[in-house]
Amino acid sequence: MYKQVLASLMVFYICIFQVFAQEGPNLGVEATVEEVEAWDISIGPDGVGLPEGSGTVLEGADIYAIKCLACHSEQGQGQINDRLAGGHGTLSGPAPIKTVGSYWPYATTVFDYIRRAMPYLQPQSLTNDEVYAVTAYILFLNGIVNEDQTMNSQTLPGIQMPNREGFRLAYP
Amino acid sequence: MESNFGGIVESKSKRIEESVAGNGLLHRRVFLTQAGSIFGVGTMGMLGSETTNAQNMQGRPAWMQSPGKGVGAYGTRARFEDHVQRTAGSAPGTTGAGASRTPLQHLEGIITPNSLHFERHHSGIPEIDPNEHRFLIHGLVDRPLIFDMDMLSRYPMISKIHFIECSGNSRVSGLIDEPVDQDCGVLHGLVSCSEWTGIPLSILLDEAGVDPSARWILAEGSDSAAMSRSVPMAKAMDDAIIAIYQNGERLRPDNGYPMRLFLPGFEGNTSVKWLRRIKVTAEPTMTKDETSKYTDLLDDGTSLMFTYPMAVKSVITSPSPGLDLNGAGIYEISGIAWSGGGHISKVEVSADGGLTWGEAALSEPVLDRSLTRFRMAWRWNGAPAVIMSRAIDNTGAIQPTRDSIIAEKGMKFAYHYNGIQSWAIDAEGRAVNTYV
Ligand code: HEC
Repeated sequence: MYKQVLASLMVFYICIFQVFAQEGPNLGVEATVEEVEAWDISIGPDGVGLPEGSGTVLEGADIYAIKCLACHSEQGQGQINDRLAGGHGTLSGPAPIKTVGSYWPYATTVFDYIRRAMPYLQPQSLTNDEVYAVTAYILFLNGIVNEDQTMNSQTLPGIQMPNREGFRLAYP
Repeated sequence: MESNFGGIVESKSKRIEESVAGNGLLHRRVFLTQAGSIFGVGTMGMLGSETTNAQNMQGRPAWMQSPGKGVGAYGTRARFEDHVQRTAGSAPGTTGAGASRTPLQHLEGIITPNSLHFERHHSGIPEIDPNEHRFLIHGLVDRPLIFDMDMLSRYPMISKIHFIECSGNSRVSGLIDEPVDQDCGVLHGLVSCSEWTGIPLSILLDEAGVDPSARWILAEGSDSAAMSRSVPMAKAMDDAIIAIYQNGERLRPDNGYPMRLFLPGFEGNTSVKWLRRIKVTAEPTMTKDETSKYTDLLDDGTSLMFTYPMAVKSVITSPSPGLDLNGAGIYEISGIAWSGGGHISKVEVSADGGLTWGEAALSEPVLDRSLTRFRMAWRWNGAPAVIMSRAIDNTGAIQPTRDSIIAEKGMKFAYHYNGIQSWAIDAEGRAVNTYV
């Protein structure tokens, strides 16, 4: 009897709790490590999430010519789409030119974005090596790395972007 | 008959015109007491054509002479309304890296029809089979979880009426050297308002078990750009919704079908459409769309980052460019106001370029982070005039002038512009964008 009352009280409390905490019906299926790895393509500014592989500026130049130049022009000068190189020192002037080199605070974002979204018509078609290479090439076009530099999960997060200190957080 | 500022004038037709501010702004009692009869010359917009009037006179218009069209499975609007369209544009060489803008000047009330809701995509609209769509929550959680749409349909849902606004909205209305000669929808139509129905995100995050070190989430879409944004955990837990319905129907593809994130009051880009993944993180991920884009470049060359809430704003939708006044007389000025900070507490209207202001009536409902409709009676004397509105929200935030914004932030930023919009009306009754 005592146990029954306790049990029904507990049911009662659980119901109350559910009303207030809006607990869900717990229908999600636990994802496996492999599933999460396959889905997780985002890379933090600390480089966590960068895959294995590497690419050089020279390799990147070739890939760029075939897969990017049509929309971003010679040397990343833009036309018909976003300009990717140049504009250094223009942000405080009257006609700022925002490019990967003049504006972006993190080199990891270049890898993350190209891998997920470029080339525009065939996103996620490049191999990780190719993404490293074309990232290296765009950084080279901006004078941020030398012609003989290799980008990989170790070197890329260490790149100091020129406008790294140019942002102020409105949040938090 | 002219009413003087501050005075009360009784016109020939016994109409009480109480002036509330300069150049003909009237207390709206003028409408309440004389409903219908006051539009002496004509209302804004279209009057019936002469033939239609003639038929109406005979009492037997064509559409009364035989039975109308039959019932149907899916509704369409009147063909006479086909001119009401969004204005669309996309990056060169693309069709889906762009925006279409709501024709605000042709809409009334506060709810945007789904077919006219603004769009902003970064790589087109994916066609997602809801049966194959999966949603993953992972990162700093006890248990990474995968959901399908069937599972999600069994969760408790809430419905909220909220606006959503692209933070690039209104930039062209005020941040260009010379006023851009476009209509209200083109200048301000990256805002729309709907009833959103879905699951509080906090329920799903609680089920996954958020680690105490987590401060952010990353939300990622299932479009071909896998568009992604970082959102503060506080927002995710507070009022974020996994929206599945919009204005009663399932989301449309251009608004994220089959599911989107919806963050009330935050810049639209963060309400990631076609949501497929939420990663719980300690720090922001610094994606392209929160660094290269959606950051605000100030005069000194530094930029503001994570400028999430949309500021208080309003615009007069009628009269506005394209909706000409049809001769001197009494008109209702109608417009919308909204704020990401709360609800609208007051809207003031000026008809003399900002010299004097009168308080507009707010149409119910006045909701938190929703469009709010305001109205003001105006006797236009037929002379050139500049009309404008300014909104104030319940936090006390006041919509600023263009000049004060430019003085504070310069003209190099592209997002979160909320300056007062002025329409110059010429002697012919035509309205154009103007700077005062
Ligand atoms: C068919 C045209 C096209 C091709 C080819 C293309 N891009 Fe793009 N790219 C675009 C468009 C359009 C955008 C803007 C997307 C948006 O609105 O979010 C863009 C944006 C970018 C950006 C972000 C620019 C910024 O400042 O925010 C980078 C970086 C970039 N592309 C790199 C590349 C690379 C590298 C390649 C080749 C592997 C490539 N793109 C190929 C059309 C193209």
